[in-house]
Amino acid sequence: MLNYGEILNGTITEIQPSGIRKFFDIASTMQDVISLGVGEPDFETPWKIRNAAIRSLEEGKTYYSSNRGLSELRDEISRYMLRKYSLSYDPKSEILVTVGGSEAIDAAVRSVVNSGDEVIIPQPSYVCYVPIVMMAGGVPVIIENKAEDDFKLKAEHLKAKITDKTKAIVLPYPSNPTGAIMEKEDYEQIEELVKGTNIILISDEIYSELTFNGKRHVSPASVGSLKERTIVINGFSKAFSMTGWRLGYTCGPKEIIGQITKLHQYSIMCAPTTSQYAAISALRDCDYDVDCMMEEYDMRRRLMVNGFNEIGLACREPQGAFYAFPCIKSTGMSSGEFCEKLLEAKKVAIVPGTAFGDSGEGYVRASYCYGTEHIKTAISRIGEFLNEI
Amino acid sequence: MNVQILKLLAKNARMSNKELAVCTGLSEDEVIAEIEEMTSMGLIRACKAVIDWDKLDDGYISAIVDLKVTPKPGYGFEEVAKKVAKYKEVESVYLLSGVYDLSVIVKCRSFQEVSRFVAKELAVMEGITSTQTQFVMRRYKELDVALDVESTDERGVVSSC
Repeated sequence: MLNYGEILNGTITEIQPSGIRKFFDIASTMQDVISLGVGEPDFETPWKIRNAAIRSLEEGKTYYSSNRGLSELRDEISRYMLRKYSLSYDPKSEILVTVGGSEAIDAAVRSVVNSGDEVIIPQPSYVCYVPIVMMAGGVPVIIENKAEDDFKLKAEHLKAKITDKTKAIVLPYPSNPTGAIMEKEDYEQIEELVKGTNIILISDEIYSELTFNGKRHVSPASVGSLKERTIVINGFSKAFSMTGWRLGYTCGPKEIIGQITKLHQYSIMCAPTTSQYAAISALRDCDYDVDCMMEEYDMRRRLMVNGFNEIGLACREPQGAFYAFPCIKSTGMSSGEFCEKLLEAKKVAIVPGTAFGDSGEGYVRASYCYGTEHIKTAISRIGEFLNEI
Repeated sequence: MNVQILKLLAKNARMSNKELAVCTGLSEDEVIAEIEEMTSMGLIRACKAVIDWDKLDDGYISAIVDLKVTPKPGYGFEEVAKKVAKYKEVESVYLLSGVYDLSVIVKCRSFQEVSRFVAKELAVMEGITSTQTQFVMRRYKELDVALDVESTDERGVVSSC
């Protein structure tokens, strides 16, 4: 028999499967679970978008698009970035359409990271950044964001991690799982730190449409001089409820986008053409649909935060994304233990904060991509659980 | 006046005052006062459930009855519209642009009742010159609520994304 240990790529085998895999496996096979565990919208993709895709199929638009993506879509993305985030990108050279935000994150990292380069990653955050940096031969450097800072990336903590090997900083805001957002002043402080360096900012803005309390999303690329060093990553999954369509995009300086385009061209060829036609309609015709979804998320967000605080789990008000991140330290349990016992006792599935890095210990992530009755039932069961432990 | 409360109630009239308070950032007392004010202003007219009558054998029959009306000098279509609205059988009355002037949604317990009502009451009413009755065969969506879909959650139970 072959010795696979000797055959397989060492960098990949070094990447450990997630520690909470077991918990996910149990939760996925259990019957009648009330879940607040999923990070994707419960809304179907707006009909206008689905219809645009169907129409493109009826018209036989089933071919590869250009590597960069349909020019019509890149034009729309360019207009969208301008009207939403005051950012100007040339659709011909500074925008690339990708297979979800995920591909864009991977390609962005690979386009700048050389072997041994350090990439700073704030946590708790989405799970992909560390393995992607490792697969690119880079060295992940973790910054543990703190609840008392509202889980923002603070310049003083960042300063302590910057070395002469720092190649890039990942900026995952609005944040999954904490709901934190970064504001103009936060980025201005970071601008001061990176001025005069070659450090690149990789800004994952997939939740950019989901900010609350009248606070509009701020892209670091729109702050001061940061645009020349920022790779903006965004996509259609969260804002337009299009997770299964696998469509994202990245914008940045043409020198970098050109390199990312090569990676994309040789590994992917082009993003799915049907999804691209759908996305044109999303950007053109769906502001009202997005506003309606936002109103619904905001209502659920308030009910959920209030619900957690009422049953005795301290929960800060998330400013973005669609997650609440209540603190469970008062129970004396670890996040993993809390979620396992809750699942066993009350069949409620939520995600341990440690799924998003060690600094998520003491917290759990509850998604409000669920109807209000569902959310109320789940929280009341968590309340019962707290009374019984 | 608070449009946020109106929007929330339009979606779900059974939201409690406490929930409305949580969702708007007002106190419960403020919510109660707002609702009282908006009710007395006539902004909030009623709070009713959306019912799929097709699920019952003895549910309601609906018809859309479009009317051509000769406008009365000084009153326009108002007089006829208000008179039509007085009937118990009439669920809604709208003034239209286009070929017909008024559109009336009529709700009765049988086809015969609808026919009788149109023939004996609407068609002969002074000012109404012609009627077009279209029976509703099936309801697919009512007041924003899709009636013919039972959705199942096909997403997984947990994920980190």
